Amino acid sequence: MGVRSVTDTLGIERAAQDRGSEGLARLLGWVSLGLGVTALAGGSRVAQACGVDDSRTARMVLRAAGARELGHAAALLIPRRAGLAGWTRVAGDVLDLAATGQAMRNRRGERRRRLAYTMAALAGITAVDLYASIRATQRRRVYDGGRAYGSVTVNRTPEETYNFWHDFENLPRFMYHLESVRRTDPRRSRWTAKAPAGRSVQWEAEIIEDRPNQLIRWRSVDGARVPNGGSVRFMPAAGNRGTEVRIELEYSVPGRAMGRLAARAFGENPQQQICDDLRRFKQVIETGEIARSDGMPDGTSVRAQARQRPARPLARIA
Amino acid sequence: MKANCWIAPNRVAVEDVPDPQILNPRDAVVRVTSSAICGSDLHLLDGFIPAMKRGDILGHEFMGEIVELGQSARDGLRVGDRVVVGFPIACGDCISCQNGLYSVCENSNPNAAIAELAMGHSPAGIFGYSHLMGGYAGGQAQYVRVPYADVGALKIEDDLPDEKVLFLSDVLPTGYMAAEQCDIKPGDTVAIWGAGPVGQLATVSAYLLGAGRVIVIDRYPYRLRMARDKAGAETINYEETDVLDTLREMTAGRGPDACIDAVGMEGHHASAALHAYDRAKQAVKVETDRPHALREAILSCRNGGTIMAIGAYGGFIDKFPMGSFMNRSLTMRSGQAHVQRYMRPLLERIRRGEIDPSFIITHTLRLHDTPQGYDIFKNKQEDCVKVILKP
Repeated sequence: MGVRSVTDTLGIERAAQDRGSEGLARLLGWVSLGLGVTALAGGSRVAQACGVDDSRTARMVLRAAGARELGHAAALLIPRRAGLAGWTRVAGDVLDLAATGQAMRNRRGERRRRLAYTMAALAGITAVDLYASIRATQRRRVYDGGRAYGSVTVNRTPEETYNFWHDFENLPRFMYHLESVRRTDPRRSRWTAKAPAGRSVQWEAEIIEDRPNQLIRWRSVDGARVPNGGSVRFMPAAGNRGTEVRIELEYSVPGRAMGRLAARAFGENPQQQICDDLRRFKQVIETGEIARSDGMPDGTSVRAQARQRPARPLARIA
Repeated sequence: MKANCWIAPNRVAVEDVPDPQILNPRDAVVRVTSSAICGSDLHLLDGFIPAMKRGDILGHEFMGEIVELGQSARDGLRVGDRVVVGFPIACGDCISCQNGLYSVCENSNPNAAIAELAMGHSPAGIFGYSHLMGGYAGGQAQYVRVPYADVGALKIEDDLPDEKVLFLSDVLPTGYMAAEQCDIKPGDTVAIWGAGPVGQLATVSAYLLGAGRVIVIDRYPYRLRMARDKAGAETINYEETDVLDTLREMTAGRGPDACIDAVGMEGHHASAALHAYDRAKQAVKVETDRPHALREAILSCRNGGTIMAIGAYGGFIDKFPMGSFMNRSLTMRSGQAHVQRYMRPLLERIRRGEIDPSFIITHTLRLHDTPQGYDIFKNKQEDCVKVILKP
């Protein structure tokens, strides 16, 4: 179990994946399933083992806990990613600890001894659940922090594709969040991005790595309000299928307010936006224009999709 | 201008809408001289294709005269040219287009992300065919904007009447591709489910490509009569006889070499109970499409034969006879027609008199009467096979 970081042939760190926390969540899901089924199917024996076979109410509580465990199991096992579902188990553990504590207060002798074992076991499980949930939460934070990836195959040679990208002034043609990019010297350029309320954010970027027809990396120079960088790689697709273009953007999230501003500068959802950008990039480099329909007169944009107009012409602009 | 618009399931209306304009350098605006109602428009009318919006202009079979051109569409085209426009909107530059797979153009659907959610990958945009296919205004109108006109618009330079060339926009290439994808060898028997316009033209095409026998299956005697009299097919009325038994009998036990499903998602079944079963599942969206014809085509086909699904499907089907399909070494092909690939060669065949698709036309209406045309066509009134519209 652990964080796996993959570095590719061009020396760029690819997605860091924490397979451990996912695996742990799944394991806990199966534990929930087992506990739930046991509590529901073997009610009286379980009650005896826990030392609460003397009370109808306690047996009811045990059954309710069993049913709840099935809920945890569903939350952890059914979705493709368990995500933060582990926290539901932590909440359940708190309930169980409270119920067990309550049961201990008015029992003596053998029953109390069994309840103490139950309490100890619950405490152990709670520790594991807490560890798993905190770890999942931390990994998630790293994921949501400023990184976005996207890839597309275009019917152009790596040379043509590289040359088009290398002229950063082309970027606003398909990156809708950019107002303009102006080259200030061969390695440096001034970027202006749209920000909320009609404002804009500006920064200066420099190329830090440039391998013709293979890769371009850039980053904002020191002092940018929204420090950011990115890379784009070009690889010939096997068998004359054009060029595979892979882009990664990174932007730091220095503080809460600034973080939000940064997010806005890169669109509401950078991951979604990068996909839109790449679709439009493919359209522009292959066909010379952005595909526009009457329903989507501004072209591909996942954000605009929900607000799409009927498929009939717009009134002529006078 | 006037245009036929989708209002709600089972409701279309001719409305006043703004004239189209050039949005991109490769666009053209065409003044429509003839358009048609397609069987797949009925799936839109019935509300079985998702992502329709009130006010969408329908129609993907049309031709007319170019009245306006974007600056980069001017190489092969001029204002005043008479053109037929293929229904898939295709850029001509992506790898799919360059391999002749125009109906899966990688660039022409601005709503590709929605289509990817529904289908995994996105097909091309299509005129007047829901927002899943791009949200493009259709051609049942006085004017229509044609994107990538240099790829989609075929110039008609001689005086062939609209009636002979209009169907190059869809049903003729669709019927032809259905037959072509069956890899017909001389003497093959081809069975075709559906005697609508595509089934009729697939019949004619199958004979052109060397089929020995074409057997058409439907339940409307007038359509079967057309298939017999105009296209030269043998026919089976599935409400009168069992299709599997009859096909087995007609082919002395072998089964047809190729089977074409020219019905698609709104198929009917001779058994009212079986039809009701699928109709009910469709109504509650347990399955979106009713694949009676496809199931029958698979079970009927000879061992090692080919199934061509050309009828339109939208989503998911149940009871796909996978065991029959796999164990008997069948091949299935499918696709919206790659119209741009077939337009020129088929225009040549029309010129040489090898095909005259105009025999399917049973109704010519004014654009103004389009809603009535949908009604007649949908309910198979007045022996309707194909409705064409004049502005």
